[in-house]
Amino acid sequence: MYPPRLRYVAPKSLDEAFAVMAEYGDDAKVLAGGQSLVPMLKLRFASPAVLVDINGLSDLAYHRAESDGSLRIGALCRHVDLERSALLPGRYPTMAAAAPQVADPIVRNRGTVVGSLCHADPQGDWASVLLALNGQVVVAGKDGRRTISVADFVVGPFQNSLAAGEIAVEASVPAAKGTPYGSYLKLERRVGDFATVGVAVAIETSGLQISRAGIALTGVGPNTIQAIEAEQALIGQALEPDVIARAAGLAAGAARPRSDHRGSAEYKRHVVETFVRRALSSYRLAVPA
Amino acid sequence: MTDAADEHRITVTVNGEPHAVEVEPRLLLVHLLREGLRLTGTHIGCDTTNCGACTVLYDGTPVKSCTMLAVQADGHEITTVEGLGSLSELDPVQEGFTIEHGLQCGFCTPGMMLTAKALITNNPNPSEEDVRWGLSGNLCRCTGYQNIVKAVLWAAAKQHGHVAETNGQGTTVSGRT
Ligand SMILES: Cc1cc2nc3c(=O)[nH]c(=O)nc-3n(C[C@H](O)[C@H](O)[C@H](O)COP(=O)(O)OP(=O)(O)OC[C@H]3O[C@@H](n4cnc5c(N)ncnc54)[C@H](O)[C@@H]3O)c2cc1C
Ligand code: FES
Ligand code: FES
Repeated sequence: MYPPRLRYVAPKSLDEAFAVMAEYGDDAKVLAGGQSLVPMLKLRFASPAVLVDINGLSDLAYHRAESDGSLRIGALCRHVDLERSALLPGRYPTMAAAAPQVADPIVRNRGTVVGSLCHADPQGDWASVLLALNGQVVVAGKDGRRTISVADFVVGPFQNSLAAGEIAVEASVPAAKGTPYGSYLKLERRVGDFATVGVAVAIETSGLQISRAGIALTGVGPNTIQAIEAEQALIGQALEPDVIARAAGLAAGAARPRSDHRGSAEYKRHVVETFVRRALSSYRLAVPA
Repeated sequence: MTDAADEHRITVTVNGEPHAVEVEPRLLLVHLLREGLRLTGTHIGCDTTNCGACTVLYDGTPVKSCTMLAVQADGHEITTVEGLGSLSELDPVQEGFTIEHGLQCGFCTPGMMLTAKALITNNPNPSEEDVRWGLSGNLCRCTGYQNIVKAVLWAAAKQHGHVAETNGQGTTVSGRT
């Protein structure tokens, strides 16, 4: 299978990239890791007039923790960079748990976190992780930059809220105000596959109380789903079995799974409940002195 | 500013040898290698980014060459299975696959070996678990994973000078430190 005929531009700077994007508008597509885009080109699910390859923009290849505790992930930060990062464990536990579970090792060598958010696949892992963490995306074009919450960025199945000519340049995770705990639990048919069910949990505690809660679901609906009622049921509570059970039930209720070759809707909903309970039950809170 | 001409003149180093070629942007790297440069050791298994048979090293990193454009190789170094070793001097990975019988039909083998090469270069002393995890993007339709894993462990020991012993029938490796 060949991609359709198209033009290819490898800009040397972001400004140059913005100029090409502005020139072609909706007919341009950014080429990041290519691990979703190239297969889509081959299948003719995408046929842009021009590919704007950002892989030469090495300034975008970073992830770093800021002094305020937030995490910034440049558009060329690849899945493997986070899998190998020494920065994530402890401080960003949900991110650390997810990184090695995205796709397979060879895809992780190329695929990017930001590209994954842009792709907005309801089975993509990073969208749920970033949603649970209340993440943001910085997008930019020739007229300037804006910051969008991941909730407003990943809008639909394979739909993001980029305007024509814009490039997503960074994703970020705000600093935890409390003590962070988190998990990403993923059920897959075989290693390297997309999720049958994925559950991202990110909570923060202050003493024994939960001060912030994020729960988001992968692969169990037409979109990445934020389990808002489940989150709210945790706020101000301690991690007691009845609290956990209630949140797990609410999360399962938020899922909109469909029966398919990966499993029945009922089964997937059951897995959501199990994963939320398992995640929340695994945290051993540091008791304040 | 931008070069949007339909054909691109690129220079790509394949197995140490520079090649200047004209490519259409939509040409996949695997097709440049197989059809343009006649390096047919790189196989196409699925063409859907799932199997890893087309794996080559891109500046030392394993990539699926069916999922990368040839133009993206401009100014980069590609290693295919043909560049891994020579008949007179096999790479430790090739030796390992021979000694441990790491292949059956051989279709997945070039991709397996290149992934393995990068793996043991980055992790000189991998555990069996490391090898299984590291190879999880390469599928073997003959499902000979057991011997593939042994072959890679053998190669790691050989490449990094740990003592490697076989029992003469090519089944064991010991002495990993
Ligand atoms: C076999 C296989 C298994 C996979 N399994 C999983 C999995 O389990 N979980 C998972 O989450 N993903 C999985 N993926 C997808 C993979 O994670 C991709 O890397 C990811 O979805 C897209 O990232 P990319 O950098 O490769 O983007 P690309 O493929 O380059 O681009 C994807 C889309 O986003 C747009 N885009 C990319 N970057 C930008 C940007 N900076 N600004 C604006 N638009 C942009 C592109 O124009 C395109 O429309 C799998 C892929 C394969 C091939
Ligand atoms: S042929 Fe490229 S991954 Fe299967
Ligand atoms: S040896 Fe036949 S596919 Fe692996």
